[in-house]
Amino acid sequence: MFSGFMINAWEAATIVAIVAGVVGFFTVLRGSAFAAHALPNGAFAGAAGASLIGVNVIVGLGVFALLGALTIGGLGRRARQDVATALAIVMMLGLGALFLSMTTEYAPEIYSLLFGEVLGVSSNELLPTAGIGLVCVATVFILYRPLLLSSVLPDAAEARGVRGQQMDLAFLVVIALATTMAVPVVGSLLIFSLLIGPPAAARSFTNNPIKAMGLSVGFALGTVWAAIALSFASNLPIGFFVGAISACSYGVGRAWTGWRRTKPVPNAPRVLGSGVGV
Amino acid sequence: MLSVRFIGSLAPVFEPGFFSSSPVRVALIVGGVVAIVSGVVGTFTVIRGQAFAGHSLADIGTAGGSAAFLIGVSPFYGFVAMNLIAAGAMEMIGIRRPRGRDLATGIVLGAALGLAALFLYLDTTHSSTTGATINVLFGSIFELPSSLVPVIAVFSVVATGMVLVSYRPLLLSSLSPDLATTRGVPVRLVGIGYLIALAVAVSLSAVTIGAILSTALLIGPAAAALRLTKRAPFAMAIAAGIGVAATWLGILLAYDSYDWTPGHGWPVSFFVVSLVFVFYLVIHSSVGRTSARRHPASAEAA
Repeated sequence: MFSGFMINAWEAATIVAIVAGVVGFFTVLRGSAFAAHALPNGAFAGAAGASLIGVNVIVGLGVFALLGALTIGGLGRRARQDVATALAIVMMLGLGALFLSMTTEYAPEIYSLLFGEVLGVSSNELLPTAGIGLVCVATVFILYRPLLLSSVLPDAAEARGVRGQQMDLAFLVVIALATTMAVPVVGSLLIFSLLIGPPAAARSFTNNPIKAMGLSVGFALGTVWAAIALSFASNLPIGFFVGAISACSYGVGRAWTGWRRTKPVPNAPRVLGSGVGV
Repeated sequence: MLSVRFIGSLAPVFEPGFFSSSPVRVALIVGGVVAIVSGVVGTFTVIRGQAFAGHSLADIGTAGGSAAFLIGVSPFYGFVAMNLIAAGAMEMIGIRRPRGRDLATGIVLGAALGLAALFLYLDTTHSSTTGATINVLFGSIFELPSSLVPVIAVFSVVATGMVLVSYRPLLLSSLSPDLATTRGVPVRLVGIGYLIALAVAVSLSAVTIGAILSTALLIGPAAAALRLTKRAPFAMAIAAGIGVAATWLGILLAYDSYDWTPGHGWPVSFFVVSLVFVFYLVIHSSVGRTSARRHPASAEAA
């Protein structure tokens, strides 16, 4: 399980999990689940296009993810964000359908882009994955305070000079970058599970943002490691395990909240306020 | 005389055999019906701010569709069954609260995608249906068996009927849940009923233009229509009209495209989605300038 090609899998999945844990915390806090779903899905079309004209898949993913982020940000200014997101994702997927019809790729290739092929990660894919991942995490930490403020108290943030739309766009770009690095490893449909499940579960255990972020990284790591091990042992696709474990961890988090609520908690510190309760 | 010349001049547009081909006829009928249902149901999806739920149901349906492939049933039944289950799960986790809605949808979507990964994997490895992934995800309007047409018609009537029958309470509870509650509207029940109608509508469009593209017909025409008018009945009619136009034009272009690149046609879903997107952009940019700019949060009642 730890030999040769499997080492790459463990390393790549670890990087993806750390980034997903950090970025995912803000995804859940800001209610950007739809964007986190749309960008990886739409970027898949970019990968199909890249393989059509013979460019590196990462380039195609990056271009489409960034274009998607800008489209959502641009249309979202004058329309509802969920409508803008929906239109952006379908347009990208429509192009994806066109590219796919023109390539001679086999169905398994498409399947692996959608659902991930973590066991097929090669050594020279690790460096770009780690590099982009580092940029994502660094951006989140540089923007940490304004991002947190505009997520939790948008009005107070505006009053302090934090521009909500700029933060929206910046965060969309971060999701786009995370997408670019994660799709070749875990697939476009499952980076989403990692961005939502572990952070949502983490939020059930603590209201302290830093602790929640740490916990969310921990859950994400646990999820991918367990998924790789189970996938290796059972020969079933890794995506199935990532999805199942993510959902279960959220279930456990909810159960914990419910159980704790039955006990009286005097003066529980509500750092994030009740308006953003899970 | 004029009309004859008109039709004659259209001959290069309508490739020979367009109207006499049976798959095309089925595609035109089914596509039109589905576009109407999506327009009617989609108007409320946009008003209620449930675009994410609508899109998620389409993706979630792929788990059902691929499972149906596995046991050899038409994917349509898989889509409907899975979507009804998912709508129930979303409601249970808490789709009612605006903040919880996003998360409830996301969690259910993530879990269902995991299942889809498993079933599609089993489809491609254990049975000989190698086209399962593409077929389930991107649809196959030219390959619809005509036996499915009555089934699609029945489900279309059910979905549209549910929305139209509950029209007034649905509109009131979408625009102002509080006001609806004080007037004695069972807001939660109406919400569940609407989710069921949405689940059926999404399943219908998923089998026609494909699971991950059905959002285009659901959201695009309705969002464009709601920019033109704020009155829900007009919006529904306009949305249905735009949807039908995009679908039929898309089918026509896809049929013609067999001649553009000899040997294989371009996918219908690409044309339908592009047309919907263009329709929206044109209306968005022409209407948006005249109407007052509004903060996204205050557009809840759009």
